[in-house]
Amino acid sequence: MIGFAGSVALAGRTVLHDVRFQAGPGELVAVVGPNGAGKSTLLRGLAGLLPGGRADPVRVAWLPQGARCAWGMSVAEVVALGRVPHGDDGGGAVEDAIAACGLVALRGERIDRLSGGQQRRVMLARVLAGAPSVLLLDEPAADLDPAAAHEVMALLRARAEAGACVVAVLHDIGLALHHVTRMVVVEGGWIVADGVPGEVLPAAAAAFGLPYGLSDRPGLLPP
Amino acid sequence: MRIVLALAVLALAVLGLLTGSAGLGLADAGVLWELRAPRVALAALVGGALGLSGAVLQGALRNPLADPALLGIGGAAGVGAVAAFYWGLGIVAVPLAGLLGAGAGCALLFALAGRTLSATALVLAGVAIAAIASALQVLALSLAPNPYALAEATFWLMGGLADRAPLHVWMAAPPILLGGALLLRLGRRLDALALGEEVAASLGVPVSRTLALAASGVALSVGAATSVGGGIGFVGLVVPHLLRPVLGERPSALLGASALGGAALLLAADWVARVAPLVLPLSQEPPLGVLTALLGAPFLVRIARRVAA
Repeated sequence: MIGFAGSVALAGRTVLHDVRFQAGPGELVAVVGPNGAGKSTLLRGLAGLLPGGRADPVRVAWLPQGARCAWGMSVAEVVALGRVPHGDDGGGAVEDAIAACGLVALRGERIDRLSGGQQRRVMLARVLAGAPSVLLLDEPAADLDPAAAHEVMALLRARAEAGACVVAVLHDIGLALHHVTRMVVVEGGWIVADGVPGEVLPAAAAAFGLPYGLSDRPGLLPP
Repeated sequence: MRIVLALAVLALAVLGLLTGSAGLGLADAGVLWELRAPRVALAALVGGALGLSGAVLQGALRNPLADPALLGIGGAAGVGAVAAFYWGLGIVAVPLAGLLGAGAGCALLFALAGRTLSATALVLAGVAIAAIASALQVLALSLAPNPYALAEATFWLMGGLADRAPLHVWMAAPPILLGGALLLRLGRRLDALALGEEVAASLGVPVSRTLALAASGVALSVGAATSVGGGIGFVGLVVPHLLRPVLGERPSALLGASALGGAALLLAADWVARVAPLVLPLSQEPPLGVLTALLGAPFLVRIARRVAA
């Protein structure tokens, strides 16, 4: 279970207005909304990274937008950093995470020699290596090709079905609709809708000013 | 690799003990233990302190250009030492005054950097202290009461380990070893900091405390190193870069090796400084700080070209 309630002001500007959000085990929640709506701040709040916040690093893992590694460390070394909260080498957890993210062939490569999408998968593997029960992911599918994006979402769905709580900021509404169990729409610092993806879709459409809708036509999505 | 470096340190130390102002050869016990041994021990201690501090600072600040001089502590130690020359205090007072200067510089560093430390705050405060220290050094030099004090202080600032007594070793060793022990324990936290301060915090790393420990360890060891050795540059900057192609870039993998590598590099440079007047038409030893800069700068050029490529 993870939750955040309250308002957040950063540098004198209110970024979140009296939001109330909770998610529990088994949920895969998509947080959607326009740029600057407050999605990343909500995730930081859940991760205990806002002033006065706290979270248990063994239980809660956070993946920021545009995560980078300052040094040319190997893929395996970066993924192993997910074990820092545990203070161990994780036994097989690191290798499992590397395999789950399709990085086995790259495990010895320097992370700064990889493509943007490959680096993104390394950062996700770092989160998985800690075996957290709460995963807070800011755009886990950014920079990924469509197939890889669906693979990552399927992986997250499997984690949720296994009892984890996954909250992910997503920009691809189609991807979110296909995989998540719950959708939260954030706009202008307010949570304007929260519920089953299909029901929340009109609110998302309004937030973006785009004509989103569900179609009966055969989709392009894999099952 | 660490074993290779340790053997190199050992071999260079033995070479240093066997080399005197008259060339190679064993000396009587007095010369060996009163003159050569302190010099060899100081080269290893000072080089180790600089190499380790450079590796820790580069990791903590996530900046390949970070150098122990960046925090201004060496400069502050220099102010203390130059002040000792200014007032004509004895040669023993110089390292003591250097340690006092380093302590004051460290206190000022933390006062300027604020309660919650970040890499940016630490670097900005360090640059300010380095600028203040350099201005105070120049002030003391320009107001020197006599040409001897000016010459002594100027020569000291160029860095060197000639004519050091066992007392210098006993003064420098405790802070250098204490600071080193502090720094060597930060490895895993520095690895986590490679992902940024926020991610490190989310992994449970106390970021502000880690930066404070890094700055304290660097202040202790570099303050003491500068107090006995003067301004010796480039060792802390270059050594981690020399080791990365061999050991990889994970910060924790570089700490112990950089301490050994720094010790080996400074032992070698000091040996070159001692031998130079024997083979070159020099009236006296070239300053050690000048040698490390001359040896270090070309390496830096090579590193810059490789990173840019």
